[in-house]
Amino acid sequence: MTDTRQAVVSARGLTKAYRLPAEVILAVNGVDLDIHEGEFVSLMGPSGSGKTTLLDLVGCLDSVSSGTLTVLGADVSRAREDELVAVRRGRIGFVFQEFLLLPELTALENVQLPAAFARAPISRAAALEFLDRVGLAERANHLPKQLSGGERQRVAIARALTTSGRLLLADEPTGNLDSRNSQLVFETFRRLNREDGLTVVVATHDEECGLMAGRCVRLRDGRVVA
Amino acid sequence: MNSLRIALRVLLRKKVRSLLTMGGVAIAVAVLVSLLAFDAGYQDGLRTDIDRMGYQVLVTAKGCPYEAATLMMKGGGGLSYMEDEVYRQIVGDERIQEIAPQLMATVFDSASGAGGGAITLYVGIDEAYFRLKPWLAFRSGGWFSSDDADEVIMGYEAAELEQRSIGDQVYIPSADRVLTVVGILERTGTQDDGVSFMPLRRVQEDFGLPGKMSGIGIRLKDIGQMSAFEEDLYDVPSIQVVSMAQVKGTILNLMSSARVLASSIATVAVIVAVIGVMNTILVSVFERTRQIGVMKAMGASRFDVFRIVWTETALISLFGGALGVVLALAGGRLVEHAVRSLLPYAPTGRLVAVSPHLVAAAMAGAVVTGLVAGIYPAWRASSMKPVEAIRSAE
Repeated sequence: MTDTRQAVVSARGLTKAYRLPAEVILAVNGVDLDIHEGEFVSLMGPSGSGKTTLLDLVGCLDSVSSGTLTVLGADVSRAREDELVAVRRGRIGFVFQEFLLLPELTALENVQLPAAFARAPISRAAALEFLDRVGLAERANHLPKQLSGGERQRVAIARALTTSGRLLLADEPTGNLDSRNSQLVFETFRRLNREDGLTVVVATHDEECGLMAGRCVRLRDGRVVA
Repeated sequence: MNSLRIALRVLLRKKVRSLLTMGGVAIAVAVLVSLLAFDAGYQDGLRTDIDRMGYQVLVTAKGCPYEAATLMMKGGGGLSYMEDEVYRQIVGDERIQEIAPQLMATVFDSASGAGGGAITLYVGIDEAYFRLKPWLAFRSGGWFSSDDADEVIMGYEAAELEQRSIGDQVYIPSADRVLTVVGILERTGTQDDGVSFMPLRRVQEDFGLPGKMSGIGIRLKDIGQMSAFEEDLYDVPSIQVVSMAQVKGTILNLMSSARVLASSIATVAVIVAVIGVMNTILVSVFERTRQIGVMKAMGASRFDVFRIVWTETALISLFGGALGVVLALAGGRLVEHAVRSLLPYAPTGRLVAVSPHLVAAAMAGAVVTGLVAGIYPAWRASSMKPVEAIRSAE
């Protein structure tokens, strides 16, 4: 059955090649993929399958080697660095395996940061609301080192929410968390997807969590296999 | 959340490193400010001292003219003497506005001072000396009763030191003579404050120097006639003529060697500080590679990242510069004390003159230099590709 919703991400023959002195590595190899608005998609596969590279391309963090890629309506197949910044700024939120919060800023200030870069600063009250959505409003003034791993990841999700009006990308978001916190993080993604209609794409090798998504895209050796 | 706040937090997070780097900047700025302040203060002081001598030309007996001039500025013995016939030859010159003969003599009095004795400088003068230095004024008393009276006029500090007042008797052991204090001068801030003045003839007789003079100070009606006047005096035997402008130039020339050395040290300090700032910020950038990658992933442009890192260097330089100025102000007295103890002649007044202009220039210089030092680290940070930066430690 054809999905009639608008495609947030559309890839055709998408390839990312890394040229080494002795060989060319195709991290993503001819991927065709459509992700529609409001979908919760998990990219699954073993290490080296290309899920992180695919996520980087979809997030406009890296340039495409060949094929076509449209993200949020913009053709980024041959986009320069500044054009990629323009697409992702204020519209795509990222969550990383190691949280990557700025250690010198409080949870609240970390949440405010992406909006500041997007030249659309958000108030303290608005940032607190984002933290509240991940259940951490009371930890707003804590530095990352004063938070547990699960709490840090939830702050990272709140931070991503401020800019992910339409698309939130998470790369192994539970890789550094215990099973309870992993469950909590995925439940947060699912709630945001269902309640707010947010498009969520998660790269993970955690089968249990990955299956919580609405659709699983399986990768192997840079290709979509299922 | 602006660049300034982020940069400030980054620096505060690594307090010791930030403080050490600021310390390097502070030392460089302190050395530079002290050097420039000393240069300005010394020149000002020298100019004031020379202006306060009241004359433009000094005639002395043959010898080293600069030594003679310096001794007369500083006050001291060991001068060569010339015959007062020279004075009579010159005094009639129409180009002269004022001419004041002087005869210096020093006396060591074992009963004075803090137990170990003290040297008193006596200068024989006539009324022309006061006309040459119109700012000399009596705090109490007045001029000698005659031109060979056994009387003394004491400079402000000389009187204070010996706790003298009008009418006191002063004994000169070497001349076995008692003088009466008839005048005490107001403070002038010059070497005259430490001198005891006697009638010229009295000094000539009491110190066994009849018909002698140690110097003749001359002020001309027209400074433009200086060269011609000096030229004419070359014909007078056994004397030499030195203009105070020459003295000033010569002393400053002597100082220039020391200035070159100090400037070299200051330059090295500045280079070390620049490298220190560059190194600190570069290390900080490398340590934060993944965070910089995340900032870029969140939408930070190259300019945003450049501005954050550059702000860090500006803050280090600004605070380091401010600390350096404080150090220079606090250490000014120390530098002054050291210079006075090392140099044979140092002008009166403040030797280290830290002006608001100098402070502003030093701060601006520190920030500009810091910003130059920050260009490379900021460029490195802003050039990072987000993916490579984020995955750098994986």
